Amino acid sequence: MTIKHADEYRDPEISRKIVEQINNLSKKKIRLMEVCGTHTMSIFRNGIRKLIPDTISLLSGPGCPVCVTAQNEIDAFIEISGKPDTIITTFGDLMRVPGTGSSLQKERAKGKDIRIIYSTFDAIEIARKNPDKRVIFLGVGFETTAPTVAASILSARDMKIDNYFVYSAHKTVPRALFALMKTEGIKIDGFILPGHVSVIIGTGAYLPFFNRFKMPCVVAGFEPSDILQAILMLAEQIENKSPELKNAYTRAVSFKGNEKAIRIMNDVFEQADVAWRGIGVIPGSGLKIRDEFSNFDAGKKFEIISKDSKEPKGCACGEILTGLKTPVECPLYKKICTPVEPVGPCMVSSEGTCAAYYKYHNGD
Amino acid sequence: MKTDRILLDHGSGGKISHSLTLDIMLPVFDNPMLSKLNDGAILNIGGKKFAFSTDTYVVDPIFFPGGNIGELAIYGTVNDIAMCGGTPLYLSAGLVIEEGFPISDLKKIIKSMGAAAAKAGVKVVTGDTKVVPKGAADKIFINTSGIGPIPDDIDVGCEKAVPGDIIILSGTIADHGITVLTQREGMTFTSSVKSDTAPLNHMVEKIFSSSKNIHVLRDPTRGGVGTSLNEIAEKSNCGIKIYENKIPVKNEVKGICELLGFDPLYIANEGKLLAFVSPEDAGKVLSAVRKDEFGNEACIIGEVVPGHPGKVFLETGIGGTRMVDMLTGEQLPRIC
Repeated sequence: MTIKHADEYRDPEISRKIVEQINNLSKKKIRLMEVCGTHTMSIFRNGIRKLIPDTISLLSGPGCPVCVTAQNEIDAFIEISGKPDTIITTFGDLMRVPGTGSSLQKERAKGKDIRIIYSTFDAIEIARKNPDKRVIFLGVGFETTAPTVAASILSARDMKIDNYFVYSAHKTVPRALFALMKTEGIKIDGFILPGHVSVIIGTGAYLPFFNRFKMPCVVAGFEPSDILQAILMLAEQIENKSPELKNAYTRAVSFKGNEKAIRIMNDVFEQADVAWRGIGVIPGSGLKIRDEFSNFDAGKKFEIISKDSKEPKGCACGEILTGLKTPVECPLYKKICTPVEPVGPCMVSSEGTCAAYYKYHNGD
Repeated sequence: MKTDRILLDHGSGGKISHSLTLDIMLPVFDNPMLSKLNDGAILNIGGKKFAFSTDTYVVDPIFFPGGNIGELAIYGTVNDIAMCGGTPLYLSAGLVIEEGFPISDLKKIIKSMGAAAAKAGVKVVTGDTKVVPKGAADKIFINTSGIGPIPDDIDVGCEKAVPGDIIILSGTIADHGITVLTQREGMTFTSSVKSDTAPLNHMVEKIFSSSKNIHVLRDPTRGGVGTSLNEIAEKSNCGIKIYENKIPVKNEVKGICELLGFDPLYIANEGKLLAFVSPEDAGKVLSAVRKDEFGNEACIIGEVVPGHPGKVFLETGIGGTRMVDMLTGEQLPRIC
């Protein structure tokens, strides 16, 4: 499985030329937010912060699905794992996230049946092979993953599998951008918009946001020259005071997005008001399972009691997710919060800002 | 780590495993040979130096493209002794077998252990077999220990890297870890990657005959090249700089890593070594490694630098820099 057409986007010569253009152009001090956690990781992994001029600051946004999952949802996952005759299926990132009293990883060590899967269809397969067990998939993610989860519910219905359930904690990106702009103290001059999410929803999905706030917005891919190109385009827009909604990832993202995926997602899910960690409730930013699929809705099928969910004291995840603070400004960072003993989810997820800082940032 | 139970992370070879060794094992067994925490212990018996090492193999699946658990158990211990500068000679093998395990599979495993021992030039001289009830172990676990003399003029160790040393890597990274991962239940994509399982003792012999200025040898198994380099930087109190563009990774392996969000620097290898050598001998050592049948893709990936002691830095493909930290726990596939 060779990923083709990636090398040209990693060509040091191309990157060097874009950096040169950025250097020539950038005069004003500007703050750009990369909304997506995969961008945060790519920026660190490629050392992009050290290549761009000091005039440009990069802030990490709320685009790491694990990081924005509310504490009560994490606690609910842990609670469900203790139900009898239950197999929990999840993507790997969630395993270490600390709930109020435990984590999925610790529950697994106590003997709970919790399995890491790579696709929702693995969960369906597990349900098919274990008809006497209830198989629950923990649905965390943005529009990138939500369509595949929706498709798994449709498949379970068609295959008449009645022991497969989804706990939907999905969230959608454009609404979060509105909420971010309303956050007190926020200072952002432009947005690097997510690549994977935009493959599904298309650049058109950001039009209402752009029209409302007239913020410079560029959809970017994940290779170093993709990100540098987006930074260049944003710097240009800001210097010229001509905000636009642009697409720097045209090889994967269209205006309309993946219409089939959007349709499947809308068939199964509907908008809901949900809480984001550190941000609070954002109207219409969640995806809940429609009533006609309530047989597959773990949230409805299982009684979940956990009420005393507490976000850890002193954890600045919320301010970090909104770009108000960087991890080094959090009093817990590197002191009591480390990847070995994470306090907040931003230190756990491979896409989390704190994990990225911890792994790649050397205090400068 | 605040947990009253063992987590899979404790076996990852990263920081969490390290803390288990330091907090629980070392205080009890404390002695100067163990506390070096190298791949094997260096013993002094009757004025002669010996390398002594042990390892337990629990790989799942037990048969995988490029090898199986038996071969791995022989080569793993052979390599650990070789990394101490020893010439591996004698091995022990202990088997824990689950009730119901097919005898035909056992025969296959033992046969390949025999072939591996012959290839590495070692003898299995003692052994033990236990059978446990179904469910008490997963198919088969193998422990091997080994011993071999260290020539008087050889003195290598993780604490012996010095600024100026050139770092040679014997070939592509992450092949073994990715192969095993793609064979596990639930991974539905097919690929042609193969484990790099191989004996490195003959390569080490060639290295020592080409230069007397070898300071560190290390096989970056569990935890990968990233973790091994961190251990060397820490124990030598030196800074290490490596270059992303110079680290060979097969395209297919790179693709799978990107899909799953894994960093190949932290993925296990079973037939690769890192050699730290004085700059004047780097060319000679590199060609010696390349002459070995398992080293023809060897290359120089970086050097030991005077700055940032104890830390590893990487120059990225596009010319940026970033830190390479030690692996924390198991790498987990990401959501998106």
